[in-house]
Amino acid sequence: MSTRVPIRLSVNGREHELEVEPRLLLVHLLRDRLGLTGTHVGCDTSNCGACTVHLDGEAVKSCTVLAVQADGAEVTTIEGLAAAGDGLHPLQAAFWEDHALQCGYCTPGMIMAAADLLARNPDPSEEEIRSGLEGNLCRCTGYHNIVRAVRDAAAELRAARAGAPTPEVV
Amino acid sequence: MIPPEFDYAAPDTLDGALQALADGGEEAKPLAGGHSLLPLMKLRLAAPTLLVDLRRVPGLRGAERENGSWRIGALTRHADLQSRAELGVIGETTALIADQQVRNRGTIGGSLAHGDPASDLPTVLLAAEGTVTVRGPGGIRELAAADLFRDYLTTAIAPGEIVTEVRMPALEGWGHAYEKFSRRAEDWAMVGVCALVRRAPDGSCADVRVGLTNMGATPLRASAVERSLRGGPLDREAIARAAEQAAEGTDPPGDLNATPDYKRHLARVLTRRALQRAAEA
Amino acid sequence: MGAPGAEAAEREMPGGNGYVGRALKRKEDPRLITGRATYVDDMVLPGMLHAAIVRSPEAHARIASIDVSAAAERPGIEAVFTGADLDGVAAPCPMVWAPPGVEVHVPDHWPLAKGKVGYVGQAVAVVLGDDKYAVVDAAEQVLVDYEPLPVVVDPEAALRDDAPVIHDQFGTNKVFEWSLAGGDLDAAFAEADVVMERRVVNHRTAGAAIEPRGALAEWREGRLTLRSSTQIPHIARVILSIQLGLSEERIRVIAPEVGGGFGSKLQVYGEEVLVAWCARRTGRPVKWTATRSDDMATTHHGRDQIDYVRIGATREGRLTGIHARVIQDCGAYHLIEGPVIPTFTSCVISGVYDFAAVRTDVIGVFTNKFTTDAIRGAGRPEATHLIEVCIDQLADELGIDRLELRRRNFIRDFPNERPHGFVYDSGDYDGTLDRCLELLDLDGFRREQEELRNDPVHPVYRGVGFSTYVEICGLGPSRALGPDGWGMQGGYFESAQVRVLPTGSVMVYTGTSPHGQGLETSFAQIVADRLGLAPDAVEVIHGDTDSGPFGKDTYGSRSLSVGGEAIARAAQKVQEKAKRIVAHKLEAAPEDIEVSDGAFRVKGSPEQAMSLAEVATEAYIPADLPDGMEAGLDELSFYDPDNFVWPFGAHACVTEVDPETGRVEIVRWIAVDDCGPAINPKLIDGQVHGGAVHAIGQALYERIAYDDDGQLVTGTFVDYGLPTAAEVPSFETARTETPSPTNSLGVKGVGEAATIAATPAIVNSVIDALRPLGVTYLDMPLTPERVWDAIQEARR
Repeated sequence: MSTRVPIRLSVNGREHELEVEPRLLLVHLLRDRLGLTGTHVGCDTSNCGACTVHLDGEAVKSCTVLAVQADGAEVTTIEGLAAAGDGLHPLQAAFWEDHALQCGYCTPGMIMAAADLLARNPDPSEEEIRSGLEGNLCRCTGYHNIVRAVRDAAAELRAARAGAPTPEVV
Repeated sequence: MIPPEFDYAAPDTLDGALQALADGGEEAKPLAGGHSLLPLMKLRLAAPTLLVDLRRVPGLRGAERENGSWRIGALTRHADLQSRAELGVIGETTALIADQQVRNRGTIGGSLAHGDPASDLPTVLLAAEGTVTVRGPGGIRELAAADLFRDYLTTAIAPGEIVTEVRMPALEGWGHAYEKFSRRAEDWAMVGVCALVRRAPDGSCADVRVGLTNMGATPLRASAVERSLRGGPLDREAIARAAEQAAEGTDPPGDLNATPDYKRHLARVLTRRALQRAAEA
Repeated sequence: MGAPGAEAAEREMPGGNGYVGRALKRKEDPRLITGRATYVDDMVLPGMLHAAIVRSPEAHARIASIDVSAAAERPGIEAVFTGADLDGVAAPCPMVWAPPGVEVHVPDHWPLAKGKVGYVGQAVAVVLGDDKYAVVDAAEQVLVDYEPLPVVVDPEAALRDDAPVIHDQFGTNKVFEWSLAGGDLDAAFAEADVVMERRVVNHRTAGAAIEPRGALAEWREGRLTLRSSTQIPHIARVILSIQLGLSEERIRVIAPEVGGGFGSKLQVYGEEVLVAWCARRTGRPVKWTATRSDDMATTHHGRDQIDYVRIGATREGRLTGIHARVIQDCGAYHLIEGPVIPTFTSCVISGVYDFAAVRTDVIGVFTNKFTTDAIRGAGRPEATHLIEVCIDQLADELGIDRLELRRRNFIRDFPNERPHGFVYDSGDYDGTLDRCLELLDLDGFRREQEELRNDPVHPVYRGVGFSTYVEICGLGPSRALGPDGWGMQGGYFESAQVRVLPTGSVMVYTGTSPHGQGLETSFAQIVADRLGLAPDAVEVIHGDTDSGPFGKDTYGSRSLSVGGEAIARAAQKVQEKAKRIVAHKLEAAPEDIEVSDGAFRVKGSPEQAMSLAEVATEAYIPADLPDGMEAGLDELSFYDPDNFVWPFGAHACVTEVDPETGRVEIVRWIAVDDCGPAINPKLIDGQVHGGAVHAIGQALYERIAYDDDGQLVTGTFVDYGLPTAAEVPSFETARTETPSPTNSLGVKGVGEAATIAATPAIVNSVIDALRPLGVTYLDMPLTPERVWDAIQEARR
């Protein structure tokens, strides 16, 4: 039995101290130890992106990160995307408005990946959105409405930035 | 999906990391971004007994220009290099690796140390004639790209050694192009070609380097192509003629996506396209 | 910004004002976009054990011995079981198709192999323990001694006399032979000037829902509760009852949130029976979740047909007859209904064309691969692909324009009885094709195609391909499908219960089991209109066999046309009772009461009205009901349709092919589909987008491949290439609305339609692009190498 490792990390703004097996995957820490089951597992080869979360502000596939590698880090999952007290992040609202989800399984990862995309590129073209989401698989929607939702959310976020100061968004 | 058990250390100095590796023996491995190693471990195709996480070791990140080279810390992520025009072919190529989530974790040192001929950066290092610096119990070594990649997933890096830095010639004034032909955008290349071209004042080819991805057990130089072009014209016909030799001397393994013949054909086509682009740049 | 304002607006909006037809936001979404939905793997029960399954690395082998001792001794391991331990599993996995007069070979397929394995990945042992990582470690310690047997993977090779026989008891690898014909095919071919023959391959694919399969079983006070990522909780309960030897009322099956199905979860898998058995045996809840690798190997595959096609036509382009001989690769074992799938190819073998004679012969074959069964379209994509590709081929052979040949043979009178007995309910094939061409601008495309091709410096090869399709769905009329008809051992009605609660909101219980289709929203729209409410006040309950009537679940694009109709009828019954109560209270005649503007109103005096809430008060405090009327406001309907429904349409695909590499890029996609009047048009568009991309996946990227040793070569998402957003275009969609006479809503299904339509459009497009280079035919998948090879071949 390998030696357990103490780690400390912040998840959705809350501090956690845990002891974990070195091999514990971050996605399993989030889902099984912290009960944050919004982050999903869809594959075992780092392709599908359903497990995408933000690690220190950037999108990563949490199935390919060890929990021990997140020691000292800040993690944001879908449950923490909307700032506390707010209803929905513009991406969540846009996905709803534009019917960018059907079964919902890929959706948390897709939204987290899209948030990272928009942080890097606040005004992406359709092509940039499509290639920006190449790390996330969806079997239901055919991506058409996902692309629209990301564009609509991008516009909303740009408008919010241009206008009043906004609550913290990723 | 579940890796086998292993022990873990995350030292905060390079010496500490080296010591941990030495103590861990043959089955200890350094861990950078983990996006080459962890997928293998999750499929139980690799089972190191100890992972020495380098993330706390200072001084291994960043890209700095020094004389005619870029010094890039081994733990520099693809995301920190992607699309940066000043980094030339490195900036171009890192943007093509996998997807953004992977690029946010994968590192240049990790990718080169993994030694996968289907990865893009080994080819680029080889074509650019860069080097990697490794530290080990025996001290510091600099490994030229041509000596680094020995066989499939096998490099000249010895057990107990850690890549600390990558040096890429800045290749000022060279045109560059990386042509990557993959099934889907996020896939490894079926075949990839790195072309670097320096024009002489009269427009002819002063120098040229061509690297091939996934055409063998290691990245390869298309030397016949280089010989054919070097010192001669850089017009479309010359490039096309030279590119015809891209597969010379190669014996690419077939896989699910491509037979050896098709790979050889792709190598020729992509070499022509890469050279064309690099020559026009 | 965000949801709350929108929700409030809709609550205020009065009902009875036509929610049906509006593109409302989905009621499902709030929990899904916030990560608060519960899928099977999200669930944890006290004392729960995790299961890891040991799977065969051999494609065909006798099991000489299994040594579980090392695994069982590991700390935290509760038990290890093999096939020999499975007493109390009363029956092997049943196959529910028994066509009258046709012998179908059904080998025993147990949840854990007994004595031999027939495919890579076959479950051989199960390890149970407290920790989900530890059971994986322990599973590696189970030692199985295999004695390999000869492997056969090619279905045509498996039919030869010298092929190794997989199941000795049958003496052959033939599973069954089945035919359906209509009209005089010999006469049709005799009268034809041309009889064209083609061999068309429709290769094996996977459903590849992003949520892998999983099941959680719990025994409590003599009852089994199984939570499973399934499309068929109701059917599963029946099957589990048979397999576990347990009376049905002691079983509850729940489909929680299910992350996609696409037919692959229209199944009762061995693992579901296994976790139930393990939970009973250990007295603890047991959860199993597939890894993606497990899932690729042992979630049923789809398609895998080789079709030998003959089509007869006169010189003038009148189609006379079509004959398809279908060789279906069934895999080594069956599950619930694999062998019936290719017979569905026969249903629409006519396509949209007025063939006088049709015939489909199906041969099912055993091979050492996993089971094939229903995957989106289930037999109809194969039919549409072979017809629509062959129509183009025939047009080129006859020298007739491909669209003209189609038009010359469109069925135009409806309902239309086909030679083999099926009745197409309604259609307007010209209408969808006209609209498609309007959007495309074919003349403009042809000009552009030529210009691009003739560019002296950089010729570019673009092509356009069409698919005019009809499909059969809305399963279905039980008499036609049932034991004396097609041979399915079940009925295909759908059930619905509409219950008005005392304070006036509504619960709807549907026997369908949606997993992404948006039925909580569309069903609410249907009920809202009939009862004068906003959809927000209508809660749709599904997926739990303990609540609501027995249903027939979701597949075969049936949920709206059968399930929705059942709901409409149940709501209608409630409406009628409500009207009688209102009439009684307002002293009017029931026929003078109408639902409008959010209430039940007297025609001509709308201010005389009662809300549903007021009606409910009367119904549940029944002090003053009409004579003889029971209390309550809760109605049930079982609806068995008289016919299937037949959605149709026209798709056009523009591709660009790089002749140097063979890479195919989709430049434009136009989809015009007709599934009758829309309940919620946004949901229809979503199904068209997703369905088309599913087909693009098969046509260009996806392939389940086994090597000659029966090893699954495409066993992960690295090698099984689902398209990403970067590989597919945006879609130009349009609809026509031709109501179906089959149900009162006039609706047809759409969940599979685009998948059925799309693959031939792509293949036809690439052939159109490469005709000038001499390429005349291509099979899927159109990998770059395959396309490039075809170009080289044509040049020789």
